[in-house]
Amino acid sequence: MTRQEVNSVEQFVVRLANRAGLHARPAASFVQVAAAYASQIHVRNRTRDVGPVDAKSILGVLSLGAEQGHELEIQIDGPDAAQAAAALRELLEQRLPAEDR
Amino acid sequence: MGRRELCGIPLVAGIVSGSAWWFQAEKEVQPRVTATGQTAWQLLQEARQAAVEELRALIELRRAELAPDDLAVLEAQVLMIQDPELDRLVTEALDRGLTVEEAWEGAIERTRKLLEALPDPYLRARAADVRDIGARVLRRLRGVDRQPASGPGGILLAEDLTPSEVVALERSRVLGVALVAGSLTTHAAILLRNRGIPAVIGLGPALREVKDGTVVTLDGERGCVILEPTEDEVAASQERQSLLARVRAAAWEQRNEPAQTLDGIVIEVGANVGSLADAVRARENGADGIGLLRTEFLYLERETPPSEEELREQVGAILDAMGHRPVIVRTLDIGGDKPLPYVSLPPEANPFLGIRGIRLSQQQPELFRVQLRALCQLRRPGLRIMLPMVATIDEVQWARQVLNDVCRELQESSGVVKTLELGIMIEVPSAALLADHLAEVADFFSIGTNDLTQYVMAADRTHAALGTLQDPLHPAVLRLVAQVVASARQKGRWVGVCGEAASDLTAVPLLIGLGVQELSVNPDLVPDVKAEVRRWSLRMAQDVAQRALQCRDAAEVRSLVRHQREQPEESTPRQS
Repeated sequence: MTRQEVNSVEQFVVRLANRAGLHARPAASFVQVAAAYASQIHVRNRTRDVGPVDAKSILGVLSLGAEQGHELEIQIDGPDAAQAAAALRELLEQRLPAEDR
Repeated sequence: MGRRELCGIPLVAGIVSGSAWWFQAEKEVQPRVTATGQTAWQLLQEARQAAVEELRALIELRRAELAPDDLAVLEAQVLMIQDPELDRLVTEALDRGLTVEEAWEGAIERTRKLLEALPDPYLRARAADVRDIGARVLRRLRGVDRQPASGPGGILLAEDLTPSEVVALERSRVLGVALVAGSLTTHAAILLRNRGIPAVIGLGPALREVKDGTVVTLDGERGCVILEPTEDEVAASQERQSLLARVRAAAWEQRNEPAQTLDGIVIEVGANVGSLADAVRARENGADGIGLLRTEFLYLERETPPSEEELREQVGAILDAMGHRPVIVRTLDIGGDKPLPYVSLPPEANPFLGIRGIRLSQQQPELFRVQLRALCQLRRPGLRIMLPMVATIDEVQWARQVLNDVCRELQESSGVVKTLELGIMIEVPSAALLADHLAEVADFFSIGTNDLTQYVMAADRTHAALGTLQDPLHPAVLRLVAQVVASARQKGRWVGVCGEAASDLTAVPLLIGLGVQELSVNPDLVPDVKAEVRRWSLRMAQDVAQRALQCRDAAEVRSLVRHQREQPEESTPRQS
């Protein structure tokens, strides 16, 4: 019996709560988390209407010009979409804002 | 024997002497790698891997020394080298038959331009990182192992330095840095400053004539390099260096004390602030208040204007950071050069002569009203409002009317609201010339020397070739300052300066000598400016200021002040 890879799709919107937005350090963390998953991940800055860009590309992520208060739309497509979604949410909603304190 | 001195732009203070040596590989011509196709891809991947390893080793080497933000930038560079977006651009180019170098340079160039077009200055500065990693990979591709630290030690000369090259400098060997290039990327400049390496930039092509091994003295205070100094000069510069270090340490010690002249006149030294982070820095550096709170950061980079609540909250946070110290909030100062999505402005040929500052507020009264409502509700002692770009008396009267209306509304809906002091920026020549009338309608003046200089001298302040026309110490500008202060005095108003001039130590005695009572400066410079005030008596400052008004140009003014300053015995009060 062959194990079949099941691709799933996840999509969600987050409002960037951390002070620096996706500047160097937060952008690097974001890319590193995204790169740990096999799924294709794209991110768009809804506030500035830029993207979507490859979430595994630091240059792409920086070019979003994402700042505090901007809304990001994240689209994940692949075998580990659910896990990737959970990890990115945790990063954007908990870990990065916590670093401000 | 022709002893020469080259002068450029001072970047990091400090005076050092040593032998000059050129950044290795600066003049080497490296053969280009012209591989194409699959071979090109392989070679490039190896070069990128080597560059990643090189950069990681550098990060480890300097981890303990660098600020967390500086480290973060280098770590982001590691990711940039491996970026999948670059993969895509390179593959496309190789498919079109380009060589490996053409493909890589093309990909770097496109990405760099993309980042350079971003509105956020911090992200825009990352374009320099792209250039930085581009060069690093290219070097590895050509098999060049560029080791900037491997020189003999002394004063490093270079065309330009990238941020990672600054990080790679061996602090124990690099006494100072002198560059041909006139503008260093912000981050490379910050790194030099953070690492405390005295530096002068913008020395121009003349620097290229300096040979390896030439003994030089680099003066990061004045922005000059002395070639082949005499022994006496070296000794004198060493003495000056240790004196400066003591002065600086003393300035830091006394940063929280008021800035009082030798004859006991207190000058308020505030900070120019454009974010909460700036305000925190201002306090750490002992600022007596905020002489200029730029509110543009509350309006940029968003689709809709900020609400009254948001404004109240964000300005309130800055007031909190400053305790009960005075804060002057400048109303929105924006024009055609920084368009906002929610303000429709027709394109202008000359945005600096167009609809900006108070002119924009008159066109968009709702934006202005909301800002004033937010400020009035903050009800803090020491909070004042300041109008930018005032050119006429009726502009101030209009703003005063709006402020009165807003206060009345608030009083009716929520009880007692005290009105706020309303002052103006003096940056348009007409305002300086009408200062006597304006003093009747405005509560205080703050001179914005950058813009005033630009308008008086008809010289774009961003124009690279007009340096001598952009000096706020030009007698033409100083004469206007003198006139403004005299007019204000007659009506019992005070005058501050919040332009770049206030941060320039040479300008300090001139401004206080002309009767300026408040200086608002870059937050980091507050201790130094306070220390400078303490060096002078008002009487001496008045004397030098009066003589400066008679000078013919800015250079003459500067040398006058320098001469006066370098005679310390004269700047201490004589005993009878």
